[in-house]
Amino acid sequence: MSGMFVHNLRLGAASLRRNVLLTALMIMSIGFGVAASMVTFAVFRAVSGDPIPQKSAQLFVPQIDNRGPQYNRNGEPPEALNYTDAVALMRAHKAPHQTVLYAIGLSVMPADEHRMPFKAQGYATYNDFFSMFEVPFQYGGSWGGAEDESRSSVVVISRSLNQKLFAGANSVGREITMDDHAYRIVGVTEDWDPKPRFYDMFSGNAYANAVEIYIPFTLAIDQKVDTYGNNNCGSDGKRGDAHDGWVRGECVWISPWVELDSAAQVQAYRQFLDGYAKEQQSAGRFNWAPNNRLRNVHEWLDYEGAVPPESRISLTLALGFLVICLVNTIGLLLAKFMRRAPEIGVRRALGASRADIYRQFLAEASMVGVAGGLLGVVLTAIGMLGVGLVFEPHIARLAHLDVPLVLLALLLAIVATVLAAFYPTWRAAQVQPAWQLKSN
Amino acid sequence: MDIKPILSALRRHKAGTVLIALQIALTLAIVCNALFIIQQRLAHLSEPTGVDEANTFVITNEWVGSPSSQRADAMMREDLRVLRELPGVADATSSNSFPLRGGGWDDGIKLTPDQVKDTSGAAVYFGDDHFLNTLDIPLIAGRNFRPEEITAMDVRDRLAPPVAIVTKPLADKLFPNGDAVGKTVYFVGNPTTIIGEVELLQSQSVERWASAFAWRSIIVPKRLAVSLGVFYIVRAQPGQLDAVMRAAPEALFKSNPRRIINDDDGVQSYATIRAKAYEGDRGMALLMGVICLVLLAITAAGIVGLTSFWVGQRRKQIGVRRALGATQKDILRYFMTENFLISCGGVLFGALLAIAINLWMVTRFEMHRLSLAYLLAGVLILLLLGQGAVLAPALRASRVPPVEATRSV
Repeated sequence: MSGMFVHNLRLGAASLRRNVLLTALMIMSIGFGVAASMVTFAVFRAVSGDPIPQKSAQLFVPQIDNRGPQYNRNGEPPEALNYTDAVALMRAHKAPHQTVLYAIGLSVMPADEHRMPFKAQGYATYNDFFSMFEVPFQYGGSWGGAEDESRSSVVVISRSLNQKLFAGANSVGREITMDDHAYRIVGVTEDWDPKPRFYDMFSGNAYANAVEIYIPFTLAIDQKVDTYGNNNCGSDGKRGDAHDGWVRGECVWISPWVELDSAAQVQAYRQFLDGYAKEQQSAGRFNWAPNNRLRNVHEWLDYEGAVPPESRISLTLALGFLVICLVNTIGLLLAKFMRRAPEIGVRRALGASRADIYRQFLAEASMVGVAGGLLGVVLTAIGMLGVGLVFEPHIARLAHLDVPLVLLALLLAIVATVLAAFYPTWRAAQVQPAWQLKSN
Repeated sequence: MDIKPILSALRRHKAGTVLIALQIALTLAIVCNALFIIQQRLAHLSEPTGVDEANTFVITNEWVGSPSSQRADAMMREDLRVLRELPGVADATSSNSFPLRGGGWDDGIKLTPDQVKDTSGAAVYFGDDHFLNTLDIPLIAGRNFRPEEITAMDVRDRLAPPVAIVTKPLADKLFPNGDAVGKTVYFVGNPTTIIGEVELLQSQSVERWASAFAWRSIIVPKRLAVSLGVFYIVRAQPGQLDAVMRAAPEALFKSNPRRIINDDDGVQSYATIRAKAYEGDRGMALLMGVICLVLLAITAAGIVGLTSFWVGQRRKQIGVRRALGATQKDILRYFMTENFLISCGGVLFGALLAIAINLWMVTRFEMHRLSLAYLLAGVLILLLLGQGAVLAPALRASRVPPVEATRSV
């Protein structure tokens, strides 16, 4: 059998050499089709991936409608919470783990006086943030519940900020000055930057630069640190005057997250949210029925439209392109195989079965597929260099060529070519031995 | 030319005929949708901002520490003085945002205080009495702000401007009779009198989410005095842009070092701002262009390949026809007509497919309806492509000598 297979491959190679132009056309056709699909798929894979696969089914975003049917958008509650609701969820403590967060930007004053101050971006959050999102630490760890409670001036910094300020040394216990306020470093995270940044879709930071600082939410509120991200007030007037009025008002700017480990916990949390909204209703704050949502990471990313439409459109078009390349290959293979009708007739007359013909021509097609796949991989690598021209840099830099993508390109090329070869091969196998042996 | 013999010949090559027609159909469907997307993106990215872009740049200035609103206001006024006195500067202003920034403050405007739904959304720009001059936006009605009307505001203070200037599209939406100047609207719950109208000032974002209030902007007489920082918009005198872009941050640091102006994007010319704002659109147009070209090349190659095969297969018949008196021109015309017939079938099916794909994209990606011109352009391109591709094999066929009729395989 294997001897036969090698023989078929030899026959195929000889046949492919006989008509170089047709063979080259087929290989290029497959190569271009596969490369276009792979490049756009690499981008799509990067933006549609699960940023926290081990936990995406346990992490949920609670949404509470604090606007009511007159002002909310298409009946959906706002995409973040106001301060009142955020604090209420934290106080109620109805999930095993919960946190709320908002984006901050603080000016960091390097200890070395000759260095310029710079802006560091990050989040004001609770200590559960680090365990819920499984943030890896290089040195130290997160602050504790006590620090949240006492509004301590502590900070967790990223590996890159630690590199910038302390040349990578263990800086736990040292102090840094941000916005003229001293913070004690309790932990240094490893490079950790899930893409898209599922936990802050609200501020449009899905593909933003990596985070450098985390400070306690309670402290940030105490220090009147304003949000560095979005603030959405809707169109009713209850937004409050001045900073304190705004904090107590109905503008939303805080992203909440809860971790729920079982269906029962999810059910219980939904009931809690509805109960809370009913309380607000009876207290006169909401004059509408509870309208809450509890979405997990997948549902949340989907709702927030994490995958840019550009990526979907280009993937769709590239697949259409691949289909055309395959139709093209079918035509060329048909021309190539049928040109050899006399040869097939002779082989059939000499006792070759239809199955033999199938094997011979499919072997030839798979060689075209392998060659097309290899060309496809090369073109994909070239295409990757051009991804930056087509997609925005923060998205383009996520796409990369790795081993699975190379294997997928080869597999796609071979499977597609063999599928394309079925019809021409079937036609070749239909050639009648007797008819072909007659003088043409 | 009699097409009957061609049709009966094609019936003997059903598979090849169908494959070429199918390929032409699919190519047409993708090419006219791609051309349409390219046109839409290019039209989008050439929309004007209203700003004198060639001479204007923006400084993103962030304060160190967290100064009080009063302190930030004092520093900002000093900065504006420094900027306006700089040689080569035509004018400078401060704002909360600028066109093409990508995001900013937008809010609803109502005609009566107790109205539930907003009459229109609007992009909100903070500006002083230098704002219009700096951006080089002429008034078309009413007047500019007076210096005494400009007040400082902290970010969470209530925005309650007694007066405002609006763009024409916003004015027309609010007051379709064209008499917006002098009228009172309710903006963030408070009455605001429209004192002036400008022709054009684009929103901060050109993304889809902001399309509901595209071109509808409102300028309020405010200086945004916040601890985070502020944008300075500076217009240089003609030809001075590069020099002023270098001199401005130096002068600011010299006057007050407690600030952060990022090295990479702290000072941006409008050319850079525009390029960044439309990165996605430009990339999409480029991708579509490349796909179109490669697709057309592959389809042409496919036609050449299959037609060559047919010519090779029919050498004997061609010889017979030539022996019976057909001229070289007749043979050439035969293959050209054959391709034309197949192409016609292909483009007919392709046109339907193109419309179907477009309708699907309209629902899926909020695209516009395909205009007929693109369909016709695509049809024409593919018919010409088919004729061009078939020319070489057809010429080869026409050169088959009559003696071929007598040869046996």
